[in-house]
Amino acid sequence: MRLIRLWPENSHFDFMRFRRFSFPLSAVISIATAIMLMTVGLNFGIDFTGGTLMEIQAKSGQANVAQIRQTAEGFGFGDVEVQEFGTAGEVSLRFPTQPGGEAGQAMVVQKARDTFGAEYDFRRVETVGPRVSGELVQSGTIGVVLSVLAVLFYLWFRFERELAVASIIGTLHDIVLTIGFFVITRHEFNMTSIAAILTIVGYSLNETVVVFDRTRELMRRYKTMPTEELLNLSINHTMSRTIMTAATTALSLLALVLFGGQAIQGFAQVMLYGVVICTYSAICISSPMLIYIGLRGSETVKVPEGKAAAAE
Amino acid sequence: MLRFSKSKIITTLAVIFIGLLLAVPSMMSREQREAYLNAVPSWVPSWLVPSRAIVLGLDLQGGSHVLLQVDEADLVRGQITLLRDDVRRILRDTRVASQNGIQTIQRGVQIRVPNAADRERLMPRLRELAQPINNAVLGQTGNANIAINETPDGAIALTLTDAGINERVRRAVDQSIEVIRRRIDATGTVEPSIQRQGADRVLVQVPGLQDPQQLKALLGETGNLEFRLLAQGGATDVDMLPMRDAGGQRVPVERRVIAEGGDLTDAQAAFDTQTNQPIVNFRFNIRGAQRFGQATTENLGRQLAIVLDNEVISAPTIQSPITGGSGQISGSFTVEQVNNLAVLLRSGALPAKLTIVEERTVGPGLGRDSIEAGKMATYVAGIFVIIFMFATYGVFGLIANIALIVHVGLIFGLMSVLEATLTLPGIAGIVLTIGTAVDSNVLIYERIREEVRAGRSIVSGIQAGFDRAFATIVDSNSTMAIAAVILFFLGSGPVRGFAVVFILGILTTVLTAVTLTRMMIALWYQWMRPKVLPF
Repeated sequence: MRLIRLWPENSHFDFMRFRRFSFPLSAVISIATAIMLMTVGLNFGIDFTGGTLMEIQAKSGQANVAQIRQTAEGFGFGDVEVQEFGTAGEVSLRFPTQPGGEAGQAMVVQKARDTFGAEYDFRRVETVGPRVSGELVQSGTIGVVLSVLAVLFYLWFRFERELAVASIIGTLHDIVLTIGFFVITRHEFNMTSIAAILTIVGYSLNETVVVFDRTRELMRRYKTMPTEELLNLSINHTMSRTIMTAATTALSLLALVLFGGQAIQGFAQVMLYGVVICTYSAICISSPMLIYIGLRGSETVKVPEGKAAAAE
Repeated sequence: MLRFSKSKIITTLAVIFIGLLLAVPSMMSREQREAYLNAVPSWVPSWLVPSRAIVLGLDLQGGSHVLLQVDEADLVRGQITLLRDDVRRILRDTRVASQNGIQTIQRGVQIRVPNAADRERLMPRLRELAQPINNAVLGQTGNANIAINETPDGAIALTLTDAGINERVRRAVDQSIEVIRRRIDATGTVEPSIQRQGADRVLVQVPGLQDPQQLKALLGETGNLEFRLLAQGGATDVDMLPMRDAGGQRVPVERRVIAEGGDLTDAQAAFDTQTNQPIVNFRFNIRGAQRFGQATTENLGRQLAIVLDNEVISAPTIQSPITGGSGQISGSFTVEQVNNLAVLLRSGALPAKLTIVEERTVGPGLGRDSIEAGKMATYVAGIFVIIFMFATYGVFGLIANIALIVHVGLIFGLMSVLEATLTLPGIAGIVLTIGTAVDSNVLIYERIREEVRAGRSIVSGIQAGFDRAFATIVDSNSTMAIAAVILFFLGSGPVRGFAVVFILGILTTVLTAVTLTRMMIALWYQWMRPKVLPF
């Protein structure tokens, strides 16, 4: 049986060349993201804005969106977002936070149930009061900041300074581009999105660590090899693994996008995008970054504990 | 060495077998599980039988999640009223008059007693009001619940301390949990989960509940019932309270409370035999019956005020002394309202108002669809990865695939033992894990390929591949673990479910992708004695 060969043996492909395109490209996208974040902003979900979200499904299988919109706007609960999704007459309604503190929100649900209850099933009802949404914003922000700090700490502990700096740049790059994805696609940004970003942080780091582990090993073997060549060799050596892992992860996520159902699709799409971005940044951002940072700045090379143990 | 001792093989297999066995109860339906637990002979010790199962999150089984917060302002108001009553009583007992009555100030009350001799008599009694706070966790904190400040011009301020209020809130949460449990149990709801969250919140989760309206109605009422008298003209000590079904009209009610909800021994919803109206029948304890009997005898012909949560729900005229200790509340109630009222009265009053700060309800249909979609995605992802691994690594891919299946089984096993909650993001976590779990195998295999290409023999190449890839495996899993652990501590509900799956997945990878795979490859090598690498 002939097995698939994902990457040729003994390849000497010049990956570092890509930096002429990837650096400007990523810089432009990052700046564009920053500008759009400030002008257009994220499409925050009720986790962060507060308010009420309802998903209803027509008992007949046919939803009359126009009528729902008209009726819901007549409630006087402010701007209602009404959207049809799926195929079986499912409609989502989103109401903004009502005045009157925590108690004011309950009226929205009551009114909607009374009005639409006869013809529609209420599949999901979520109300987040202003207090809780404020706290969720806080814990979401803390989460992302904390994870970056934890990553910094780990890298500082585990790698030489140059490698650590390059991989943290890569990770930040991936966070920025993921946020860009949210801004451009208008995907709802909620607590699950924070989970997706943290997972992407983990995956991003994973990708760079695998390449840099190899870089470090090759540094010890070829003491005089120029940085650019060394990095190219590291990526060529790890390329089959990179393709393989990206492929299996992407395939799993693809299964989730296609079959996981509407409730988890958003998360899966972001993750799928994240896998692509992380793979790209490990090869085209973090690694070539070392050419500029300088790889052999520090004379002494730390011997990692794991390697020492494994060599016995 | 590619040799595994028999004992090592047996230990590894035993650990995996037990791990997989633990997942068995989670694969059964509730009925099957009960049948199977009953079928186990009684001489088998119970700890030997895997009985714990994964709990499905509300987003998968459908149900309501309601987060309530103790209304601190309401609690403080109540405390200030009590403090005011205490101060009034002490002033009366010591026959001291305050110059301008008892004034309510920020978080307390103030009186003015210019006469030093009066103050001398008064102060010791007032100081008795300040109780040290006993905290179950911290023990004696040295803080008092009330601070007393005296100024030279004779003003005395009694204010509730922060420590005192915090302690009150903490106790209010504990009491609320008890009251909520009684109220929900009284409605016959199955398996509600009621727990404290943070300093001032209670999380109520009720599986299967589709419309939490009734639940919210039950939780929204404090349930503080008082029997008082409607005030007659000229009375001074009165509250103006709204009257139910009177269009916001307020009526004067005497402050004096004849009997209260705590004096009730029973309350039942019923129908009035004459008017066929829904009513609530109640019965007092001895103390309540005595006081109620005396009050109704003395005030024949006057109107009683039945006050629930500061609203007069009914004001019947006392037509004859009620000395038997039982009575009824009637008004224009619906059947559901009297049912709720009876439950409220039976289960006692909440120590403070609770506000709903978050509510999430998932209908059973959506939950079922999510489970089906999740299963489908898991199978498809599994098949994708299995085919891909086999097509790339042949026999080694097959070995990795066996390890992958064991890996997913072990995640379920561990989740069962921990009785962890499986949520929809948790399913996403499992699917994602399927993709990332093979990463360790890929790292090892690619390394073996390189080592053999560099001139090593197969045995030595396999050996070196495992050893050299190990450091990278540890690195790559630690990086994923960092993100997962942070997520676990920050997330709640569904997101936390994702973190749990991810952390367990990382833990089991080491056992399956490294130990189990290595063992299978060693056995394969001993059996086949290949001359070239099969991939």
